[in-house]
Amino acid sequence: MRADTKAHTAHRRLLPVALLLATCFFALGAHTTFAAESLLNKNAPEFSRTAFNGARIDLAGFRGKVVLLDFWATWCASCQVEMPVFVQWQQQYGPHGLQVIGISMDDDPASARKLSAKLRLNYPVAMGDEKLGQLYGGVLGLPLAYLIDRNGKVRAIFQGETDLKIIEKQLKALLAEH
Amino acid sequence: MRLLRIFSTIAVLAVLIAAQTRIHAQFGWGAPPPESAASVPAAQLLQPGELNRVLHAPGASKPLMLQVGSHMLFAQAHITGSEYAGAGSQPEGLNQLRTRVAQLPRKTFIVLYCGCCPWSRCPNVGSAFKLLRDMGFTNVKVLYLANNLGSDWVDKGYPVESGH
Repeated sequence: MRADTKAHTAHRRLLPVALLLATCFFALGAHTTFAAESLLNKNAPEFSRTAFNGARIDLAGFRGKVVLLDFWATWCASCQVEMPVFVQWQQQYGPHGLQVIGISMDDDPASARKLSAKLRLNYPVAMGDEKLGQLYGGVLGLPLAYLIDRNGKVRAIFQGETDLKIIEKQLKALLAEH
Repeated sequence: MRLLRIFSTIAVLAVLIAAQTRIHAQFGWGAPPPESAASVPAAQLLQPGELNRVLHAPGASKPLMLQVGSHMLFAQAHITGSEYAGAGSQPEGLNQLRTRVAQLPRKTFIVLYCGCCPWSRCPNVGSAFKLLRDMGFTNVKVLYLANNLGSDWVDKGYPVESGH
């Protein structure tokens, strides 16, 4: 077989593969994928933020504690049912190693600050943004909370309205782990 | 005696109005509370799968899709081709929506959506729908997102994009 014929045959064999790869490439590019992989049992993405009270929130700095990372907003009615309970938990379980962190997904920081003060939140709260949301797989609906163990691993994700007793049960189980 | 009854009625009404004003002021409500999503008639709801079919139907006229919820959520992900039109629960948001559609023919096919919260808790779509209806739009649908945009649209693999 002549060399140019061999090359032609090879090209013909590779063509369908190339077409398939191109199709896959464009199909994947057609829409942005969010939360394709759950963060469950993976290390919680690190982030740093300045809290409303001026303190620095550095997730890595809470290693050794069980962290309840709560994404909320003033327009989220369910969040406002949960937050007073989180205040209570911070008070009750804080000495046992719980740290609640609130991240507001409001567009307007002023309204978030106002509600935080009104609810007398006893845990650090900071503003989020779309980058932080995407870091956590896309915060595309609230309420949304992540339970992170003492080693910084995400152990539970609560999307939507969740029975708070379920969250508390898992939280207590993590606090018991040393 | 009759005059006394009239005065009593006026006094009671005045007290009720004053109380309502005080409650609004107390909770920082500068405007009437937003319409519930439940106020949107069932016939005007559009299921996610239906909208996805419309978007993919060759030759079909595509609706004007307006997100009427949180801008931060919109920036993370929104239905491909949709625009941000202001939060329906806020007076400023409704003004933004009003301005966006003001010049459009009243028969324009418009799809409103939010997806910030479970449907029954959504503070945005009800008021946005009411505004368009009051403006005379006759072909408005509201995308029914039972849980949120993430679960009911993005996770199903329907088309999304990010950015402002």
